[in-house]
Amino acid sequence: MTKKNYTSPYLAGVVLGLVLLASYVIAGRGLGASGAMMKAVVVVEKAVSQEHVDSNSYLAQYGGGDTNPLNDWLVFEILGVVAGAVISGLIGGRMKKETNRGPRITDRQRWIFAVIGGALFGFGARLARGCTSGVALSGGATLALGSWVTMIAIFAGAYGLAYFTRKLWI
Amino acid sequence: MFAPLAVLNEWSDGINYLFAFVIGIGFGAALETAGFGNSKKLAWQFYFRDLTVFKVMFTAIITAMTGMIFFDAFGWIDMSNVSINPTYLWPGIAGGLIMGVGFVIGGYCPGTSFAGLATLKIDALFYIIGALLGMFIFGEVAPLIEPFYSGRYSGYMGNITIYKFFGISAGVIGFFVMLVALVGFYGAEWAEKKTGNNIIN
Repeated sequence: MTKKNYTSPYLAGVVLGLVLLASYVIAGRGLGASGAMMKAVVVVEKAVSQEHVDSNSYLAQYGGGDTNPLNDWLVFEILGVVAGAVISGLIGGRMKKETNRGPRITDRQRWIFAVIGGALFGFGARLARGCTSGVALSGGATLALGSWVTMIAIFAGAYGLAYFTRKLWI
Repeated sequence: MFAPLAVLNEWSDGINYLFAFVIGIGFGAALETAGFGNSKKLAWQFYFRDLTVFKVMFTAIITAMTGMIFFDAFGWIDMSNVSINPTYLWPGIAGGLIMGVGFVIGGYCPGTSFAGLATLKIDALFYIIGALLGMFIFGEVAPLIEPFYSGRYSGYMGNITIYKFFGISAGVIGFFVMLVALVGFYGAEWAEKKTGNNIIN
């Protein structure tokens, strides 16, 4: 199937905005992503040692005692995200096994940096209580003060370091 | 007043989760069709070559924000039952900076990495493994940094919004956000031309 071009950013933005609005109108909450990943982490930790989860106040709020971390709105939402992206990818002819990177590094180097960058983002997202979805986008739309501060910090951190990571991308 | 539907009608978890899944489908499809399954497209924003992320994100924020301001003004939505992210100033800034660094190194953010994984991007899989690892580390050290995370050094300000902070109406701030976004869109189009029209299709 031939690959179709991506949708106009302004049209995609309106659609994304309407989905976000629907989320607030239906569920009273915004979209998220990193929260569901944290629940997955706690599921594994629970399976290894319930005692360890119970003794850590941060982990206990997700999976203390009989709490099932997967019994959560965000977990079902993120399953929907994967389904929605598969549908869109199939329609657009973009289901392609590949690694996107700049021309000056190898796939293997790209994967190593993906793990490092992911780890930093994951840590930062928990510290800031949410990522680009839950904080910057959803919090941004409700005009939450801290969400805008975090959004600005995300872009400051990224643009601030971009010069030094240019070999990865351009 | 009819919204938020799930809260006012006291929906069961089952119905709530069903709608969560449907909303997620819309979210995932919007991310993928915008091109956010492609890490290079995401990263090129930081080199002013492809500013799709800025355009999509701010169009979405303005759309949802305007909708909510009007729904609130018409008395359709009970904003006291809408979750407003709490402000913890210092961990919010520190976490944001770390996320930014992770973004430009890793090429994805968590939401977009799922769009990448769904469309078979191998780098997205590695990114997700890294993100889970980073969250695991945070979970382990969270009790140690509690004073900074939520204690007396966290700069906790409650569920405050920009308009409450400045003591003006949401509409005024909303209008200001729109103006900033419009100037930003103009600047983004200009920058993309300036760097040679390298938008990834």
